[in-house]
Amino acid sequence: MALFQLSRRDALILALFALVVVTMPVWTAPFGANYPGLMQKFAIYAIFAIGFNILFGLTGYLSFGHAAFLGVGSYTAVWSFKLLTMDALPALLLAVLVSGLFALVIGFLSLRRSGIYFSILTLAFAQMSYNLAYSVLTPITNGETSLQLTMQDPRVIDLAFSERGVGLPTASLFGVTLSGLSGFYFCAVVLLIAFFFAQKVFASPFGMMLRGIKSNQMRMSYTGFNTRPYALTAFVISGMYAGLAGALLAVTDPLAGAERMQWTASGEVVLMTILGGVGTLIGPVMGAWLIKYFENIFSSFNEGILSRFFDFVPEPLHDTVVAISSKFVGEGWQLTLGLLFVFVVVFLPGGIMEGVRRIGALFRRRGSPPKADAMRVQPAE
Amino acid sequence: MDAILAQLLNGLDKGGAYALIALGLTLVFGTLGVVNFAHGALFMLGAFCAVSFRYLITLETVTVDPTQTTAWGTALEVRTPLAQTWFGDWGAVLIDWSVPLSILLAIPVMLLVGIVMERGLIKHFYKRPHAEQILVTFGLAIVLQEIVKAIFGPNPISQAMPSALRGATDVGALIGLAPGALTYPLWRLIYFLFSAGVIAAVFAFLRFTTFGMVVRAGMADRETVGLLGINIDRRFTIMFGLAAVVAGLAGVMYTPLLPPNYHQGMDFLVLSFVVVVVGGMGSLPGAVAAGFLLGILQSFASMNQIKSIIPGIDQIIIYLTAVVILLVRPRGLFGRRGMMEN
Repeated sequence: MALFQLSRRDALILALFALVVVTMPVWTAPFGANYPGLMQKFAIYAIFAIGFNILFGLTGYLSFGHAAFLGVGSYTAVWSFKLLTMDALPALLLAVLVSGLFALVIGFLSLRRSGIYFSILTLAFAQMSYNLAYSVLTPITNGETSLQLTMQDPRVIDLAFSERGVGLPTASLFGVTLSGLSGFYFCAVVLLIAFFFAQKVFASPFGMMLRGIKSNQMRMSYTGFNTRPYALTAFVISGMYAGLAGALLAVTDPLAGAERMQWTASGEVVLMTILGGVGTLIGPVMGAWLIKYFENIFSSFNEGILSRFFDFVPEPLHDTVVAISSKFVGEGWQLTLGLLFVFVVVFLPGGIMEGVRRIGALFRRRGSPPKADAMRVQPAE
Repeated sequence: MDAILAQLLNGLDKGGAYALIALGLTLVFGTLGVVNFAHGALFMLGAFCAVSFRYLITLETVTVDPTQTTAWGTALEVRTPLAQTWFGDWGAVLIDWSVPLSILLAIPVMLLVGIVMERGLIKHFYKRPHAEQILVTFGLAIVLQEIVKAIFGPNPISQAMPSALRGATDVGALIGLAPGALTYPLWRLIYFLFSAGVIAAVFAFLRFTTFGMVVRAGMADRETVGLLGINIDRRFTIMFGLAAVVAGLAGVMYTPLLPPNYHQGMDFLVLSFVVVVVGGMGSLPGAVAAGFLLGILQSFASMNQIKSIIPGIDQIIIYLTAVVILLVRPRGLFGRRGMMEN
């Protein structure tokens, strides 16, 4: 079927990517990152970043309000758990649907402007959603205490087939409980599907159209294309990705709070995408993994660990080095993140992927066979 | 009538802060063409100038006085602020008035910060797309706020206003209402007057000095001014410093109203951008007018009568206004025709 066909290169990338994702518990072990909670986050935020990249990387529209869709996805999924069933599939489907509708409305309004105005419009809508979730919409969002499962939830479908169990239920897939490693593998499978779909979008004529919007929207409209429906489709797709990621967050931990919609959360996905490489397929995934790794590992460092790490430094300097570097880890890991981000934007606007490409080009120039060209990453523009 | 006047006044001090930040944002955008997401961080830095100033002048010497004892029978520790030992009673006055006095610290510090920021980082981004300018200044804002967090800690540090300026003033009596009908906190009134003064000073500077004239000419046509043999880049750098000072002053004087915390810059930044957009990108009078307008709108929206008609309106009124303005009149209230209209 043509729908599922990929070019040979894309199929190879997908196969490699699948291998990397599936073996994640193995290769993360040396970094101390092989516990399920963190790997679930790796998969989930990779989906979020891939989706954001479909909008920003392909069309060049910089949205500063994508966390709103993540939040909507989470809320929808938790409501699906509360009202219908603990099965994950309906929750994911509903979340994608609702966040897609939400993105349709916001995108329709925001895409009437471009450039910085678009960024500010999306930011305004996201802040509106965040403020409303905290105040008036408390019956739906449960405000500051965040939405969570209770013992009195109706869960119509589940309770039609079985008795109410003891304690709070956990999310499941056809009766298999999704927690720990099984939760991770569920997220990983969803990630692979999302990655495959992104590959299809990148390779399709529709993807070409989006790239055209990025490089010169005016020329596109002079050639007779109405660009807005295409941009809107990209916006809705990326909103759906964000909703899917939000729903997966709810699957792994059935709790949805408004702080997921705050604009710093939107900023985070922008950071992930830029750090990895805008407009590339793999880049956003790497950015997401790197940032989540920083967040979980670096933020748990303390002076004791640092002191042992800097054991080789001679005594008079030792305390100073530890004191200075302790400002960059633990509570202060965001400082490291901010600095890294500034450096990337200044020196390497294409992110990690551009760095990889530059290093690759360096090696090719030294007379290695031209075969290496097959590994070339798709250019951003 | 009184209630409406009271809400009008309530909006003025917040509007003043919005107007000052938006004024700086617009100055930077109009001169350098840079969208500065780190401008809120400058507001926050200004607030922490006040914190540092107070910290410096309240440094104490501790001497143990064996002749006096505490209730527990130990020797009493006498703490004397250095300022007091040096200046006597004047020291106490100095500490009492630390917030307004820290303006003296804030002006040179913010000017320096602004110039360093422009020369060190933002200079390299004039030719890059707006998206990259947003990204790099956003990164810078994170760095600045994390540095402040590392130094001052994550908790808000409240600053006392001078004792003479505490309490309320009877504004109603001034404009002929019955005494006591309309009272208003004195410091908020001062904040409004202060922001109006700063705004007037900035406009006068641009309007009545040769430097300001050159800058205005440069905003209109940078290339021609450069061809006339004027080093316009250097003047624009100074304007960036000035914008930083304006944001910093707004931050200093706002500290008694809102205890400074490291993330307040981000909170105000989002709102100030909305203000700039409503006023019209690149229009200085627009930024000021929209600042006060949105401040007042927000205080009206938080009236109980209005909240009972449209619940939650106080949370979203500013964003809603921005969305409506952008969709209906994209150049903003005072924007020039064709200025970033699509």
